[in-house]
Amino acid sequence: MPKIILIGANHKTAPVELREKMSFSGEEILPALEYFKQNPDIRESLIFSTCNRIEILYVPEKGDQVENVINFIAEYKNLDVSEFKTALYIYRNDDAIHHLFRVASSLDSMVVGEPQILGQIKQAYRTAVECRASGVLLNRLMHKAFNIAKRVRKETGIGDNAVSISYAAIKLANKIFSDLSTKQVLLLGAGEMAELAVEHLISNRVNQIVVANRTFTRAVALAEKFRGRAVKFEERLEAVKDADIIISSTGATDYVLTRDQVRAAMKKRNHRTLFFIDIAVPRDIDPEINNVSNAYVYDIDDLTHIVESNREQRKKETVKAERFIEEGVLKFRAWLESLAIVPTIKALNDKITSIVEIELKKTLPHLKNLSQDEINAIHRMTQAIASRTIHDPIRFLRNTGEHRDDRLYLNVTRQLFNLDIPED
Amino acid sequence: MELQTAGIVLDFAVIFYCISMAGYLVFLFNQKPVLQKISFYIVSLAVAVHLASIAVYTLTTGVLPVQNLSQNLSVAAFALGIMFIFFQYKYELKILGVFAAVLLSAMMVAVILIPETHGTRTETLKGIWLYLHIILVFTGEASLALACGTGILYLLQEKGIKNKAPGFFFRRLPSLDLLDNVGYACLTTGFALLTMGLVTGFVYAKIIWGRFWSWDVKEVFSVATWLVYAAVLHLRLYSGWRGKRSAVMTIIGFLVIIFTFLGVNMLLGGHHQGFTR
Repeated sequence: MPKIILIGANHKTAPVELREKMSFSGEEILPALEYFKQNPDIRESLIFSTCNRIEILYVPEKGDQVENVINFIAEYKNLDVSEFKTALYIYRNDDAIHHLFRVASSLDSMVVGEPQILGQIKQAYRTAVECRASGVLLNRLMHKAFNIAKRVRKETGIGDNAVSISYAAIKLANKIFSDLSTKQVLLLGAGEMAELAVEHLISNRVNQIVVANRTFTRAVALAEKFRGRAVKFEERLEAVKDADIIISSTGATDYVLTRDQVRAAMKKRNHRTLFFIDIAVPRDIDPEINNVSNAYVYDIDDLTHIVESNREQRKKETVKAERFIEEGVLKFRAWLESLAIVPTIKALNDKITSIVEIELKKTLPHLKNLSQDEINAIHRMTQAIASRTIHDPIRFLRNTGEHRDDRLYLNVTRQLFNLDIPED
Repeated sequence: MELQTAGIVLDFAVIFYCISMAGYLVFLFNQKPVLQKISFYIVSLAVAVHLASIAVYTLTTGVLPVQNLSQNLSVAAFALGIMFIFFQYKYELKILGVFAAVLLSAMMVAVILIPETHGTRTETLKGIWLYLHIILVFTGEASLALACGTGILYLLQEKGIKNKAPGFFFRRLPSLDLLDNVGYACLTTGFALLTMGLVTGFVYAKIIWGRFWSWDVKEVFSVATWLVYAAVLHLRLYSGWRGKRSAVMTIIGFLVIIFTFLGVNMLLGGHHQGFTR
């Protein structure tokens, strides 16, 4: 049976710095796929890379080629193997299929149920198809993955509930503002927390990001990263005037914005709505600000509370989704096994024999004046026609020639004669 | 004969309004988009049937059906239906249908329950200025009713977010921004129509009674209503009374309208006297 192997790293196994170093940009994927294509030991390949994960999926010609692929990553990304080896997971066959299905269904995402992942995987698949790096096996596997992801989305409520803090915050922001892409975000504090928040919350969805930090150089660096603007920490009140969403994560022990300050700022901004997300501990934003008209303050506890109330619901839905995935893995495996030569020949034989028998049963009762010998002769003749008909195809399948891909022909045969195990 | 036809057609309109209300209420719970669509089509159908009923009446009698309370309520409901379709088409605020369908059904059921009285048809209830006055005032007040509806929805959503307890309505209602924007659009549209309605009313009064203003109670309250809404708009534009405060004000404004519409005639009389008979 052909092997399917998946090597990857994700947000659970690798910190963001490492993921950044390992990730393949759009332009880097093509040459990498080309390399795999030229490599005679690798039959099919596909590379999937986002800010949260990098996954290399391939079908080896012989052996498992894990060492070679890891060495290739090291060489291509200019890394030392020891730097990233511990962050890698390596899945084989059923485990690889299972993992892929989970990723596509967004069960493995940082924010479980987030909808973007499927589109990203489809893009990766398209790239692989376009440069002909993928083949019969991976194409079929990816289509199966898309189907399962769709089913999970449709039949479970996994996408409905806000399940992580940042997702809960985004949901809230969407219920306060109708169009985030016109809104300005003000970051108070430029630490790791702020960076994470922006990265997973809003980097692609809001209009502009303004960073205010006590260490100005750090503010500038972060602003540059998100193509935003940096202001001095002392200027933060001025910045409040134009902001719509304020994310605060400073290490200050006291409130960095008080109610009176916000009251005054609200007047200047003509009382437009202001949404505070306070992820600092101890808190940065005076909770009294929530009482100011058109201002909403959510601290980390409030957000956690919302997430908690959604978690139970999610658990039930996850169980359902996992069941769909298990089913998908079993079906795909059955198909893989069927790709071996013997079951295909047997299935072909069974099909043609059953056709002969059915037709004989239909015809013989209408022929009244036949002797038993004549009936036997007809039996023999029809069976001979049947086995002669499939003789050459079977001989071809047994020996498809040196440089041909057996699986391709087996797959075609199964499709031509409709031999597949029925789907769904 | 034709008057009877108008009545029967009106009954059908009431039935369609009620069906659409049922559809919208189920939609409120199960959130199936197709249900919202169907309910919206049924409301539109009800409005069309309603229009047919009004047309038959007007063609038969030669006057608009604004002779008594029941008829006035019916025309007000019709105006609400038209304005709802307009704003729904423009803003796709799906949840607004729940408010509109419930209000429409309630009004129409009241129309059927209130006994028809046949007032003396006076010749004063004719003429282009009067028709303009009636159309503008009714559509204006319908828009302000919708502004009140979005205001109520705004307060529901705002309360959940402010108290950090997103509940039943959190998922079902759109963003505060959108509710506020639609409310503002209803408010400005309604205010403009009402203003023009009042002006045409003055012109009509000048033609019939020879003077623009006669200190009639209804006139006084209509202008008071107009002043309330002028204040809402002024505060919004110049003092930043948006969001919650604006929502509360539009609800108060609409209560004043209801009083002007019903209360004044019932309690105080005046030269719109046929209105609530």
